[in-house]
Amino acid sequence: MSVAPGSAIPMVSLRSVDKHFGDLHVLRSVDLDVAAGEVVVVIGPSGSGKSTLCRTINRLEPIDSGQVLVDGVPVPAEGAALARLRADVGMVFQSFDLFAHKTVLDNLCLAPVMVRGTPRAQARREALELLERVGIADKAGHFPAQLSGGQQQRAAIARALAMRPKVMLFDEPTSALDPEMVAEVLAVMTSLAEDGMTMVVVTHEMGFARRAADRVVFMDAGAIVEVAPPEEFFAGGGSARTRSFLSAVLSH
Amino acid sequence: MSALIDSWPALLAGLGTTVLVLVTSAVGALVLGVLVTVARVSPVPVLRAAAFGYVQVLVNVPLLALLLLAVFALPDAGLIAPLTVTAIIVLTVYEAAYVAEALRSGINTVPRGQVEASRALGFTLAQTLRLVVVPQAARAVVQPLGNVLIALLMNTALAATVGVVELTSAVNKVNLVQAQPIPIFGAAGLVYMALALVIGLGAGRIEKKVAIRR
Repeated sequence: MSVAPGSAIPMVSLRSVDKHFGDLHVLRSVDLDVAAGEVVVVIGPSGSGKSTLCRTINRLEPIDSGQVLVDGVPVPAEGAALARLRADVGMVFQSFDLFAHKTVLDNLCLAPVMVRGTPRAQARREALELLERVGIADKAGHFPAQLSGGQQQRAAIARALAMRPKVMLFDEPTSALDPEMVAEVLAVMTSLAEDGMTMVVVTHEMGFARRAADRVVFMDAGAIVEVAPPEEFFAGGGSARTRSFLSAVLSH
Repeated sequence: MSALIDSWPALLAGLGTTVLVLVTSAVGALVLGVLVTVARVSPVPVLRAAAFGYVQVLVNVPLLALLLLAVFALPDAGLIAPLTVTAIIVLTVYEAAYVAEALRSGINTVPRGQVEASRALGFTLAQTLRLVVVPQAARAVVQPLGNVLIALLMNTALAATVGVVELTSAVNKVNLVQAQPIPIFGAAGLVYMALALVIGLGAGRIEKKVAIRR
């Protein structure tokens, strides 16, 4: 959970990043550094730009101006160089997005074999270990549609981990899940955080932010309003905007 | 009934021509349709526009007009080919537009999220298409493609209007001699239905075989 000592270069760095969707200014001069091993949880109201921020890190959303660096390297604009960078950045989506025509095991093996050139037997072995780790080893031969939402999301996390990423991005990983399945996914994410994975997590799960975050980033209207360690953030000493958001989400 | 028995060699020859036109233009339309679809989803704007234009022109012009144009206008321009070959080419070009539409609808059934997920894993665009999009799109288009092929089978009858002696033309000729329209055209109808049934059942079987378990 702690920041690795001596890591001068941030694992992820956003420098005065701006982005528009037409007239909508979705990211306003965003600056954010995420150190290696750090867990940053991004929260904020809908439309605040937190998902967009997450998606700029592997350039699923191109930016208008500014700079995004991963492990000190500027994210390439396109082509093979961008694909290589993306291979090192794991991503987990709200809607799981497992490959529907592949078994869970094949979902995990596909990218290591096709992108990294990992021998099939080794990819298989590592995939089974990962499935064990996220608690669905018994589902290896099943197809995604045969799994519950929580199981699918755990498989999706394992699929991203199979590439041995330097950093993991989570874009609202529990928003599409039934409440009882949220816990099993958050448990996997918490153990990942404890193992020292660098993580950027966009979520509405305040409990996860409290428990697992090194820092909480609060966004509103495309800008970062506040960055603070969770105990400080949830103590309510921040800006008026932060306090009104917290009183709204924590009241129920 | 005797009308059919007496003329069976001519009818069989007509059926043979129908099957020949069907099979060759089906293969041609599938190949051309795949190429048009590839152009249509390519990142190259010129190719995309050309493929879009191709489909729009061909689905908005009657097949009969295209056949007449090819049979009468092409020789005028110095391109002379046997009638059956001309009909096969026109049917190929025409049905390829419908094949392309069916394939595009199949590609649209693949959730956008899976494409993003595969890009996020580091797949190139070509790998994303080959490993994620095409295998799923192909499963979704089996039945629609079967329908396009059945429509193609029915459309082969239009070749009769430009002098190709396929099944419809052959029964028409037989009827002119025998004057027994009900058994003659009825039998031809049954043959068309049987061929359509073969295509439909074949598509159904393939679809079931490649279906994703859920």
